[in-house]
Amino acid sequence: MSKLKSLQEAINQYVHPGDLVYASGFTHLIPFAVGHEIIRQGLKDLILARATPDLIYDQMVAAGCARKLIFSYLGNPGVGSLHRIRAALESGQLEWEEYSHFGMVSRLKAGASGLPFMPMNPTGAADLMENNPNYRQVTDPYSGSPVVVVPALKPDIAIIHAQRADIQGNAQIWGILGEQQLVAFASQRVILTVEEIVDESIIRSDPNRTIIPGMVVDAICHVPYCAHPSYTQGYYDRDNEFYLAWDAISKTPQGAQEYLETWVFGLPDRAAYWENLGIETHHRLKPGEQFSQPVNYGAY
Amino acid sequence: MEKLQYNAQELMVVNAARLLKDHDVVFVGVGIPNLACNLAKRTHAPNLQMIYEAGVIGAQPARMPLSIGDPTLVTGSAAVCDMYDIFSLYLQRGNVDVGFLGGAQIDQFGNINATVIGDYNQPKVRLPGSGGSMEIAAWANRCYIITPHQKRRFPARVDFHTSAGFLTGGDARAKTGVRGGGPQAVVTNLGILKPDDDGELVLAAIHPGVNFDQVAENTGWPLKQARDCQVTAPPTETELTILREHLDPNRIYI
Repeated sequence: MSKLKSLQEAINQYVHPGDLVYASGFTHLIPFAVGHEIIRQGLKDLILARATPDLIYDQMVAAGCARKLIFSYLGNPGVGSLHRIRAALESGQLEWEEYSHFGMVSRLKAGASGLPFMPMNPTGAADLMENNPNYRQVTDPYSGSPVVVVPALKPDIAIIHAQRADIQGNAQIWGILGEQQLVAFASQRVILTVEEIVDESIIRSDPNRTIIPGMVVDAICHVPYCAHPSYTQGYYDRDNEFYLAWDAISKTPQGAQEYLETWVFGLPDRAAYWENLGIETHHRLKPGEQFSQPVNYGAY
Repeated sequence: MEKLQYNAQELMVVNAARLLKDHDVVFVGVGIPNLACNLAKRTHAPNLQMIYEAGVIGAQPARMPLSIGDPTLVTGSAAVCDMYDIFSLYLQRGNVDVGFLGGAQIDQFGNINATVIGDYNQPKVRLPGSGGSMEIAAWANRCYIITPHQKRRFPARVDFHTSAGFLTGGDARAKTGVRGGGPQAVVTNLGILKPDDDGELVLAAIHPGVNFDQVAENTGWPLKQARDCQVTAPPTETELTILREHLDPNRIYI
């Protein structure tokens, strides 16, 4: 059965006010188009979880979508601060819950594996543990040594972008894998966006590359260029110029609002957004080609 | 011979690169640490293995990576894994020799604050937070810190322990049971600080033309000088050429 839907339909059906949303992707495959559609549909009171909130959550916080943020690195990667989130935290307008990257992905690992918590070795850095009661120390029942644990994270909704999938939602990803698979298995509902919808036979020709199986996917949306200004390996490069530009745009609330008016509310969808970026940007972000060698799976 | 000219960033990159050994497995960050690793790989450490926290192992970036997850890190790399695996199979398991760390504050015992200035719950300045650094500082065999030498960056005590150095000194770090050796050197534009037997950072080497008072004035605790304090060798023409012509030709970081 096809799970294909338009992005508008999928958000309308699966994302509700107050939901714990995890839009995944570590630098790579960040689903900006979905963040923009959530802003357009006016969803509020969301709990936004991401290891690196990145520009996508800075924009969603600027748009007033969030009441709480769960994160492990709060920066504009390679540039500096996330100004809108930082202002919201410093003024007490946004609740937060903080982990290290490993703490965050350990929570997802537990959620994705159906376990209540995950153990980690101690790090000696006590201050985060003291300020976040979700970090607990227990005793290893076998050796008697101290072990740090964090509880399972089980988002209401996962938003995941991938290079390609078939209409059942079997999705293949190459390049940086981030926490995509963990988020898909940890969440109650999964919205998948892809650069390309392909025939089932293409997925089955290379099953080792399937990171997310259709059985955990609720909706598939065909959204080319969904990840801009982040990137999709082999499809388009990271737009570092925009990451730098956002630093200036987002210095003031007004700057961020003007951006949202033009690039989110002023446009119907991602196709219009990509068109609006212009041919020069399309050309600048187009990577060269470097193909992998096919492997022989064998005919049996 | 005409004296070579170099800036503070180049001086720090060159001295950090020299700390790396051939066959080291390094957890690399973008910017200055990335340059130091690539410089070491092209000089004395051709078998250096670069691992990035985004889950890339054995990266051979064709261009200067501008973010920790730049696609150039993946193309031509030896392996890619997910985020849980990079932190568990590689770092927690003990397969990483060297980690690079940075932060707003580094204290007398090599503890780092990258989280907050002021009170945690009512932050005066909210900084990025840990990312990978809490575990890198704990579990890499050796950690190196590269930072400009300014008094505000070197307080006696950090406002927040984002990652552990030698904590309060003595056996405080060892008592926590962490596996890694902690910070082994802090490379600055004035010299190199290293922990003494008590875990206190002392001046272990000074760059050419810098004197001890200059370093002490820019440090927030009464700085001691190691008995065998060295003067670092200035950057060589080879090192500077590789940096300027091959690694960072657009001078983004140097």
